[in-house]
Amino acid sequence: MKKELPERFRNHRHVWVVVELERGEVHPVSWELLGEGRKLADRLGVELAGVVMGPPTEATRRAAGEAFCYGADLVYLAEHPVLAQYRTEAYARALTDICESYKPEILLLGATTLGRDLAGAVATTLLTGLTADCTELAVDQDGSLAATRPTFGGSLLCTIYTLNFRPQMATVRPRVFALPPRVEKPVGRIVLHTVQFAEEDIVTKVLDFVPDALTAKSQLAYADVVVAGGMGLQQQENFQLVKQLAATLGAEYGGSRPLVQKGWIPADRQIGQTGKTIRPRVYIAAGISGAIQHRVGVEGADLIVAINTDPNAPIYDFAHVGIVADAVQILPALTRAFTRRLSFNRLVG
Amino acid sequence: MHLVVCIKQVPDSAQIRVHPVTNTIMRQGVPTIINPYDLFALEQALRLRDEFGGKVTVMTMGPPMASDSLRRALGAGADAAVLLTDRFFAGSDTLATSFALSQAIRKIGESEPVDMVFCGKQTIDGDTAQVGPGIATRLGLQQLTYVAKVCEVDRQTRTITVERRAEGGVQVLRTTLPCLITMLEGTAPLRRGSLADMLRAARAEITTWSAKDAGIQDVTNCGLRGSPTVVKRVFAPQARAEKAAQIAVAGRSPDEIAEEVLGLILDRSPGLEDELHRRSAVA
Ligand SMILES: Cc1cc2nc3c(=O)[nH]c(=O)nc-3n(C[C@H](O)[C@H](O)[C@H](O)COP(=O)(O)OP(=O)(O)OC[C@H]3O[C@@H](n4cnc5c(N)ncnc54)[C@H](O)[C@@H]3O)c2cc1C
Ligand SMILES: Cc1cc2nc3c(=O)[nH]c(=O)nc-3n(C[C@H](O)[C@H](O)[C@H](O)COP(=O)(O)OP(=O)(O)OC[C@H]3O[C@@H](n4cnc5c(N)ncnc54)[C@H](O)[C@@H]3O)c2cc1C
Repeated sequence: MKKELPERFRNHRHVWVVVELERGEVHPVSWELLGEGRKLADRLGVELAGVVMGPPTEATRRAAGEAFCYGADLVYLAEHPVLAQYRTEAYARALTDICESYKPEILLLGATTLGRDLAGAVATTLLTGLTADCTELAVDQDGSLAATRPTFGGSLLCTIYTLNFRPQMATVRPRVFALPPRVEKPVGRIVLHTVQFAEEDIVTKVLDFVPDALTAKSQLAYADVVVAGGMGLQQQENFQLVKQLAATLGAEYGGSRPLVQKGWIPADRQIGQTGKTIRPRVYIAAGISGAIQHRVGVEGADLIVAINTDPNAPIYDFAHVGIVADAVQILPALTRAFTRRLSFNRLVG
Repeated sequence: MHLVVCIKQVPDSAQIRVHPVTNTIMRQGVPTIINPYDLFALEQALRLRDEFGGKVTVMTMGPPMASDSLRRALGAGADAAVLLTDRFFAGSDTLATSFALSQAIRKIGESEPVDMVFCGKQTIDGDTAQVGPGIATRLGLQQLTYVAKVCEVDRQTRTITVERRAEGGVQVLRTTLPCLITMLEGTAPLRRGSLADMLRAARAEITTWSAKDAGIQDVTNCGLRGSPTVVKRVFAPQARAEKAAQIAVAGRSPDEIAEEVLGLILDRSPGLEDELHRRSAVA
């Protein structure tokens, strides 16, 4: 049974995903959301649309084309020089206008600095509900969006509804959902939206953009192997052992929150609820107890290997492989083992 | 310059426990603190006041005991404090919260126009980062979120330049006042107030406003009734069925253990070995 809505919301239909485009690049969270949005749209028997906003360039058109390859049935496209770089006012006005013209039922955005900034502004203008940082999205019997998110640092989950308002909005962190397979497809239906304002109307100006140095910037969220350390390493020097194993594996390294607080690792290498969510094929956690706030950031890993001296450490409740031993000894042994294996293969291969 | 800082009193989440049977949060006896991110916002506002003169007003919406947080902010040097408290505010989601706060800021601005509103990046309990954008949108203020640094304020042209954390880099933005800023963590920590500030804070009168005092005519925009989101279910995360498979360690050397773990990792991750091999060949 479909839920009865107030008259003014009855013609809100379809599932939309905002495709986050910055400096010509799409944030992968947008494709992850299209993958999840596809399931919701199929369940509701409606269409899945991507919303692409950007300057009139090749890259913007390419982003629209890619949206089809990741599952969109159609794309709403707003192209204008005023959208060349992200600014709240320009993007919020464009997105609000598109929503008011074409009335989505569900509107999803990545919980990135861009997505959270934009979603908060747009939900307020549309006077609708917005659920932050969801880890699960589902459609209920009556067709409502059930958005589940961790509360109190992950110790509990809650399911939030936006019952009587439309669109139902939600943000989702990168890597919470898996990247759907990309299927080569021709460009489908594009609905062009004309931007109704000009540069003079936008007060805030972007003076500069300073990209993070590529070497310093951690690629944690999208790494396929991650090695991390925790307080069990005892001393800062021992963190080298984590870095050495990571280097041998061509992996990214990270750590638990106390290591950031102690200044052993930079903040963008924190893994967990208030750090990065990761989804690697292999996650090696050395000297990490497995507190709930850490757990929620790593549960998407295919294989979790934990090294912890305490056989009752909570990390063994969700790791797949456990080694009850001193991480300070096991880490270098793993580095040696992988070095041997890889150089051996090079000799034969 | 008149700067309003929004602070939220939150439970010290490091000490929160969940009742094992009822799955409810056990708040009793849990100490409350000022949301840690808001301390950076307060410090930034105090610095601007010290530089340009003017006034810092701190404001919170919450139960009467939230006045503790305001008093602490006064002790750090804030000039005035407003507590927004009314049963009509109970159960507010972010839309209803930004409504109440923006109405109160409007009211505060009636006696002395507001140049900037400061918020934290997000809270540690609700953790949505939605209230700042909500207030900015409702008041038509320029919105600057995730600000890592306030570079320059020009009083003549009424412009402000900031560095904003964006995906993959830092945006340098210039906008005009009035504006709303949400401050990132890791900027300057909150100062300790002077003895004079502490003494003043202890005796200070905290302005307490009901919805009506804040100029809110229609309370249907507040609290549960003004909240489009509804929390339907609260539950514990499901435990994984089986525990980790433990590698035998007794009497074995780290290298023997590592050999077995390596085998396990490669067995369970098809294709990984080729990938590692490819990478090490490139490196
Ligand atoms: C609001 C909030 C948000 C948070 N967000 C995060 C977050 O995003 N990410 C995060 O990680 N944490 C977060 N935390 C902190 C979290 O609650 C834990 O305190 C933290 O994860 C613990 O870090 P740890 O496992 O490194 O240290 P500990 O809990 O101290 O664990 C150390 C572990 O090492 C083991 N050990 C000791 N010696 C050795 C040895 N020689 N070899 C091997 N093992 C050894 C011990 O048995 C122990 O299990 C948050 C907390 C709060 C309140
Ligand atoms: C576990 C949990 C989950 C929730 N999930 C959602 C959700 O998904 N969607 C939703 O709409 N609501 C949600 N809420 C309700 C929401 O937390 C409240 O509306 C709350 O009043 C403000 O939101 P926040 O804590 O997320 O603040 P944020 O938006 O994270 O706060 C940003 C800044 O706004 C200022 N601020 C926030 N609240 C106040 C205040 N009361 N007084 C003064 N300044 C303030 C502070 O400067 C703060 O740093 C949730 C609440 C809880 C407890």
